[in-house]
Amino acid sequence: MRSILYLLTALAVIGLATWAYRENHLTQQAMNMRTSLEREISRLEAEISVQRVEWAYLNRPDRLRALVDFNFDTLRLVPITADHFGEIGDIAYPAPQAHLQVGEGIEVFGALQTLSGTTDPASEEQP
Amino acid sequence: MIRKPLRPLARILKAREQGENPDYIEQENLRLRRQELRDTGRMQAELRLLLLALIFLSGFVLLGARMGLLAATEPLEVRAGLMEDISGARADITDRNGRVLATNLATHALYAETRRMVDPLRAARELGRIFPDMDVDRLAARFTDPDRRFVWVRTQLSPEQKQAVHDIGEPGLMFGPRKMRVYPNGRVAAHVLGGARYGEQGVRAAELLGVAGAELYFEDRLRDPAQANQPLRLSIDLPLQATVTEVLSGSMAVLNARGASAVLMDAYTGEVLSLVSLPDFDPNDRPAPPTSGEPADSPLFNRAVQGYYELGSVMKAFAVAQALDEGAVTPDTIIDTRGPIRWGRFEIDDFRDYGNEMSVTKVMVKSSNIGTARMVQAMGAERQQAFLRRFGLLDSARIELAEAARARPLLPDPWSELSAMTISYGHGMTTSPLALAAGYATLVNGGYAITPTLLRRDAPQEGAQIISARTSAQMRKILHDVVFEGTASFARIPGYPVGGKTGSADKPAPNGGYKEDAVLATFASVFPSHDPKYVLIVTLDEAVDTTGPEPRRTAGWTAVPTAAEITRRVAPLLGLRPVSFAEAEAKFQADLRAQ
Repeated sequence: MRSILYLLTALAVIGLATWAYRENHLTQQAMNMRTSLEREISRLEAEISVQRVEWAYLNRPDRLRALVDFNFDTLRLVPITADHFGEIGDIAYPAPQAHLQVGEGIEVFGALQTLSGTTDPASEEQP
Repeated sequence: MIRKPLRPLARILKAREQGENPDYIEQENLRLRRQELRDTGRMQAELRLLLLALIFLSGFVLLGARMGLLAATEPLEVRAGLMEDISGARADITDRNGRVLATNLATHALYAETRRMVDPLRAARELGRIFPDMDVDRLAARFTDPDRRFVWVRTQLSPEQKQAVHDIGEPGLMFGPRKMRVYPNGRVAAHVLGGARYGEQGVRAAELLGVAGAELYFEDRLRDPAQANQPLRLSIDLPLQATVTEVLSGSMAVLNARGASAVLMDAYTGEVLSLVSLPDFDPNDRPAPPTSGEPADSPLFNRAVQGYYELGSVMKAFAVAQALDEGAVTPDTIIDTRGPIRWGRFEIDDFRDYGNEMSVTKVMVKSSNIGTARMVQAMGAERQQAFLRRFGLLDSARIELAEAARARPLLPDPWSELSAMTISYGHGMTTSPLALAAGYATLVNGGYAITPTLLRRDAPQEGAQIISARTSAQMRKILHDVVFEGTASFARIPGYPVGGKTGSADKPAPNGGYKEDAVLATFASVFPSHDPKYVLIVTLDEAVDTTGPEPRRTAGWTAVPTAAEITRRVAPLLGLRPVSFAEAEAKFQADLRAQ
């Protein structure tokens, strides 16, 4: 009985030692990983900050103004003024969609194209 | 311990006499003894349990407190720059919409460890080729000095320079990582930001310190490691700031002014949306402070914050507001404007003769010195002083810039009745454009005190009410009339009604008296005038309009057109919809009736 107890204790000690050894290694591995991740984070952060600086530098007001002047022929950008505000009433309602009624008999009026459906009938109705 | 006998003789004898069984007595005592034992045992056990529970409880409390403490503290990422005591961390500064105004860029510093150098003379020669401004002989002497083991060569390197140094192939030349403060927008908002410099230097990092402006004022906040990742959000709006700078520098060039400043402020929140002072500088390459000449002419001088000047007639608004607020007058009260007023050797006169009497509104519209002097004369110097103190015009303007606290207004001593009269039209007391902006905000926002701020905020300031809502409504209408009938007619912009007051102050000569032909032109304006949301102060120093037959220096010809152009450009950017004259007039009438 006693020998079994000794054996079990010894086995437990060996098991625990193995476990502790493994944990130690895992911890060290995790720490190494953390360090390398931190290094990568700081490297990426440095890169991001460079990009941010570049973005801000390329979008600085002086340069944008110069670009607007340079491309005036194509873009025609001018400073926004009071004239650029519109009233909601200035926007036209969409014209009602006209429906082509197809009756019992075939009504042969109008251009042949309209009847054959090659042109959108709705666009013909609108001024 | 004396045990109680189980068979006490006295009781046994007595029991025997009565013929009872004495064993019962023994049993009884035995029972009592056991009971006693049980009770004490239980007590001890309970005490032990309680003690154990207490130990556990305190343990758990300790653990809980520690966990709470850990959870409450800001997590701090350990990074390369933080290994030494010197931290190169400095938070970014952004405008109100998150556009970068100041940020850091990774760069490298160059240093030499002389003991590791293979060929110091060649290294010095090669470095001289890369950096033409370097003294090669001095560098070689320092490299070969046996007492030196460490030499700083350069604080900042561009990537190309770094590669070139690398290509020398000298093992003793080393690179230390650095953060470089960058202001990507160049001169825009230079006076707000200030600038930065290196503090203590280490091999792995160097301190970045603020020199002036917001960089210096927010030094602790920007260098706080816990907040290094959160940018500091200012109230400045970059597109507005750039627009105001563009218009103002254009006017300054056309009108031949020595300097100019503009402050654009939200009338309710006190946020400064744009603060421009010209001439300006590039904070990436901050010039050295001037050693000669007038400090106000240096580009480093912030005219809007540090520039305390006699601003002239713009101050009339405060005299009129006081008279209205005290109930002494209404906008239609007739004031005696026969002049000049003589006071000892001194004489107060108007720019032109405007007749014998005018209404209070007309006094402002025509800008009559005699009119405001009479109004203030009736109220007295002490009450005027108390009124201006409530507006904060007698102390240095408070704003989050390092320079603000160092500049103070010049006040008359003693504050005589004559000073009161001259102050009523803006002479004898100095005010900064920023303080003036805060004062005008109070005049038109319903009478609430405003402290100018450079930090973004979303709610209106809940300042003390200085003047009544009624006075504020009357002031709005008077300022509106000044533009529509009076001295500031150039500020009529289609779509955006503007209210304001001009001021053309003669500049004081260095040896007493006032200069001829040197005028500080100011236009203090609010827009839209029927429901003012923004205050705009424009000052031009010694501006001259030479388009006419004779040079014109009054604010109506210089500061007002400039402010009008700024308003025209800025109002749509602020999202203000144009309104018709009739709409504005209806709002004025409704406001005045409501009071």
